[in-house]
Amino acid sequence: MSAVIIGAAETDELGKLPDRSAFLLHLEGARNALADAGLTKDDIDGVATVGAPGPVQIAHALGITPAWLDGTSVGGTSFLFHVRHAMAAIDAGLCHTVLITHGESGRSRVGAPPRAFGRDSLLGQFELPYGTMGPATTFTVTALRYMKDTGLTHEQLASVAVAQRRWSSRNPRAAMRDLVTIEDVLASRLVAYPFHLLECCLVTDGGGALVVTSRERAEALGTRKPPVHVLGAGESAESPIISQMEDFTTSRSFRLSSQAAFADAKITHGDVDHLMIYDAFAHIPIYGLEDMGFVGRGEAGAFIEEGHTSPGGRLPMNTNGGGLSYTHTGMYGMFAMQESIRQLRGEAAAQVPGVEIGVVLGNGGMFMSAATLVLSNRRP
Amino acid sequence: MSADQPKAIPGPTPETQPFWDGAAAGELRVQRCVACARHYFYPRPVCPHCGSAEVEWVTVSGQASLYSYVISHRPAPGFAGDGPYAIAVVELDEGVRMMTNIVNTEITPENLELDMPLRVVFEPRGDMHVPLFEPARDVA
Repeated sequence: MSAVIIGAAETDELGKLPDRSAFLLHLEGARNALADAGLTKDDIDGVATVGAPGPVQIAHALGITPAWLDGTSVGGTSFLFHVRHAMAAIDAGLCHTVLITHGESGRSRVGAPPRAFGRDSLLGQFELPYGTMGPATTFTVTALRYMKDTGLTHEQLASVAVAQRRWSSRNPRAAMRDLVTIEDVLASRLVAYPFHLLECCLVTDGGGALVVTSRERAEALGTRKPPVHVLGAGESAESPIISQMEDFTTSRSFRLSSQAAFADAKITHGDVDHLMIYDAFAHIPIYGLEDMGFVGRGEAGAFIEEGHTSPGGRLPMNTNGGGLSYTHTGMYGMFAMQESIRQLRGEAAAQVPGVEIGVVLGNGGMFMSAATLVLSNRRP
Repeated sequence: MSADQPKAIPGPTPETQPFWDGAAAGELRVQRCVACARHYFYPRPVCPHCGSAEVEWVTVSGQASLYSYVISHRPAPGFAGDGPYAIAVVELDEGVRMMTNIVNTEITPENLELDMPLRVVFEPRGDMHVPLFEPARDVA
């Protein structure tokens, strides 16, 4: 496969945007990504986005007549799935240039799909009766088991938020930019023990989009910016409800999607210059580092606390500030990819020198699904 | 959030009805595969372990241990009067896990030790009963 990303952009603003509906945020992301690629809507023949508003509405609104559609909706990582599916579709000749859009009014809830789950849904029967209130009370429920089994400390968990503020403090677009200490994190209010407010992601409005095509087409037509090559990709899923995750200390879909992506790209961990791990809560990067194989079991907390993922560290991670400090609309995967692409293009706010290979791990739901991409600014 | 709002009431579906019927009768029922003899949860017609469709409902002991939990400080509808409450995942002696609340004990990290023994109790919820768990050793 030889897919490249030739357009990548976010909405003009992120944060609290009550004057824009979720739909408008999709369209703004699409407009900016097409401009970034130097293309018009007539260059696009494939559209992918999550179920609401869905690829039909996005294609129709933009005046695109699609030859290929993907509405895969498996949580916040869906847009990484779309990249993988677009690669396969382009490779199979089903379409030649795909637009992938994200827009979410996560904070202002303008034109946002309802959050309600029916009484007779899986969640309505086996989670909601116990007073769950979305991700903060469900995604977090694995952490105490992980802490008991591996010895992760509360301070190490807090250090994830500390490390990411070191990055966001260098990023004018980040929502939260003040440096914090472990003590600050542990002094912030408890949301769901053992998680304090600063260990939970932001809730924002925003969007973004990508344009994916074949390397051959990109080279034949020429691109405005150097293409970002998708060297490898993987995807998997585990359980629709977190109580049925097979082991609360490791994510099967993190492991399998990253193994597939690394094998596909024919890279090893030592080749990775830059890493994005979807961080809805502070424990997710800890699971990600271990499940992807960057560190051994039980080592990720100390690895982060010792500064190895911070500016100047040997594995720069979540360099936009992440979902904890940059932005988190609800489906953060698009933003993790955008930062990886900026780093590979050399245009990130907190640029890491010499990035040639970046890896992005996207999470969907509560350890429900995952996809991994290996990206590079060098032609394979 | 209104404190008089009721707690969420589950709604049965055809495949889960025996679970909720069991709860109403004060019994915890889960499915067991006849072919491979393993229990599983949530209710569905095919064994996720071996793929057999020959599965049966069995009443289990209601004995469990505390696998993991959070203590929620942002009450869901109906939970405001409970103070901070434990949203837990328990592991039944038969090997399956389910989400629940821990009740009849003080909800503090010190008091809720992972792997502590628990037993099922049932709480009326509208026209339904939901399985909750209490410490098995502290309660007479």
